[in-house]
Amino acid sequence: MVGFNPDHGLFSYGLGALPPDWPGNYWLHWGLFVIIIIVFVLAMVMAFIYFERRGLGRLQVRLGPNRVGPFGILQPVADAIKILLKEDIVPAKGDKLVHWWAPVVAFAPALMIFAVIPFENGALLADLNIGILYIVAVSSVSVVGVFMAAWSCNNKFSLIGAMRTVAQIVSYEIPLGFSIIGVALIAGSLSMNEIVTSQNIPFILLQPLGFLIYFISACAEMNRTPFDLMEAESEIVDGYHIEYSGMKFAMFYLAEYVEALAISAIITTLFLSGWKGPLLPPFLWFLIKVVLIFFAIVWVRGTIPRIRVDQLMAFAWKCLLPLALINLFITGIEVIVLPQPLPWLIVFLNLAIMAILVLLWSKFFKLGGGRVEV
Amino acid sequence: MAGLDIAFWTLAVIGVASALTVVLLRNVFRAALSLVLCFLAVAGIYVSLSADFLAAVQVLIYVGAISVLIILAIMLTRDVQRGSLSNKFRIPAFFVAILFLGAVGFAVCNTPWQIAGIAPQEPTTSALAGKLFGEGGFVLPLEITPVLLLAAILGAIILVREK
Repeated sequence: MVGFNPDHGLFSYGLGALPPDWPGNYWLHWGLFVIIIIVFVLAMVMAFIYFERRGLGRLQVRLGPNRVGPFGILQPVADAIKILLKEDIVPAKGDKLVHWWAPVVAFAPALMIFAVIPFENGALLADLNIGILYIVAVSSVSVVGVFMAAWSCNNKFSLIGAMRTVAQIVSYEIPLGFSIIGVALIAGSLSMNEIVTSQNIPFILLQPLGFLIYFISACAEMNRTPFDLMEAESEIVDGYHIEYSGMKFAMFYLAEYVEALAISAIITTLFLSGWKGPLLPPFLWFLIKVVLIFFAIVWVRGTIPRIRVDQLMAFAWKCLLPLALINLFITGIEVIVLPQPLPWLIVFLNLAIMAILVLLWSKFFKLGGGRVEV
Repeated sequence: MAGLDIAFWTLAVIGVASALTVVLLRNVFRAALSLVLCFLAVAGIYVSLSADFLAAVQVLIYVGAISVLIILAIMLTRDVQRGSLSNKFRIPAFFVAILFLGAVGFAVCNTPWQIAGIAPQEPTTSALAGKLFGEGGFVLPLEITPVLLLAAILGAIILVREK
């Protein structure tokens, strides 16, 4: 691999990308990367489940799972074995065919996202020239899986969960898209690998507001805790996967973490300059950044309580959408007007703009206190 | 070329079969799901025609947004499992459908289809952007269409709103 060659040293990633059919053959490349992606995803998901449960324990001043193996490190394995041995229950009046297919439809898109994530320079399954658009399109399919699960259960709580999902995902997809367009404008490409190679400084510095908007909307898209209204345990007892057990439930659980991993990888690629970094091999940089972003996601989950439905919608339409539009507008002006080789001016300008806008919105836009408007 | 042919025929069979399923199934929810499959097959055909941007947009708009709205509308209806599809317009609808099928079949058979001699453009995104925002592009029609759609949406809301 490129990065492990000591002769290349600091600028190893600059010397050249891996060819698109890297080990030399189209089918070999295909098979190899499918295996790499599946192993990477499963290993990282196991690690993330352990990391999240222990980290969340620390954040909530408790221990977390600590009995199975040293430091409880084998807890995900034990959970996986337990869940595989459970009985598979299908509701008597449910739609059995749809019930069977729902976990597959929910899980497959999350895995398909990794086809365009570059682990190293050129080390990706397919360097599509519409990379980031492909990700947005594919990840929008998983809603259908949630719907299928909710419908086939013949259960009113799961249906309420699905209704909430639509409202939430349709609303938060708009600021999400706008923040991505900001990155694409600066990078001048939609290909994930080219977005990384064009980042001489990480885009989080050039697009601080875009990063914030993307992070928040992505948390809403994958239903992490401040926005997990569709599964809200205390209101609708787990939402769409209420009637699932055994392996099918495991698929949903897995899909949730694969999506979290995918979002971390996308943020790493778009805003944190992906595999780029000094000294360490590129893949290690990629991994470090992914884990950092995932830690931030867990941190948010451990800190912020779940918000109400009306607050959720108001936040998307009255706060995130105007900010995303302003951000896109300013980015467009900067790309056209300002000359290329002075990024530090733009960095400070954008940081100042972000601070002013966030302060402004927090002043004259408040989530409606204890009042509920329907 | 053989690979492309296999891909086309697989996708075509899936697309037509799922489209027929949409019409023939009594269960409206399953019909909506096979409509999703039909949209995906069409997106696959776009990919095989090197129209990758169009394929991604097809998945994003049709699968991600329109089917979701269709399914949401179905969830708000009653009698989904058995379906209450038959009504007194059955026979007139049959004749109109036959007429429409005949017209479409006639048009398809009598159009001189042309096959382009040049290879498809790669990458498509910059070519599309040039068409849209470049010199003499389609910016104005593109901007007028959303205004028209917005007017239609507002009209629909006003028509169905309860006082």
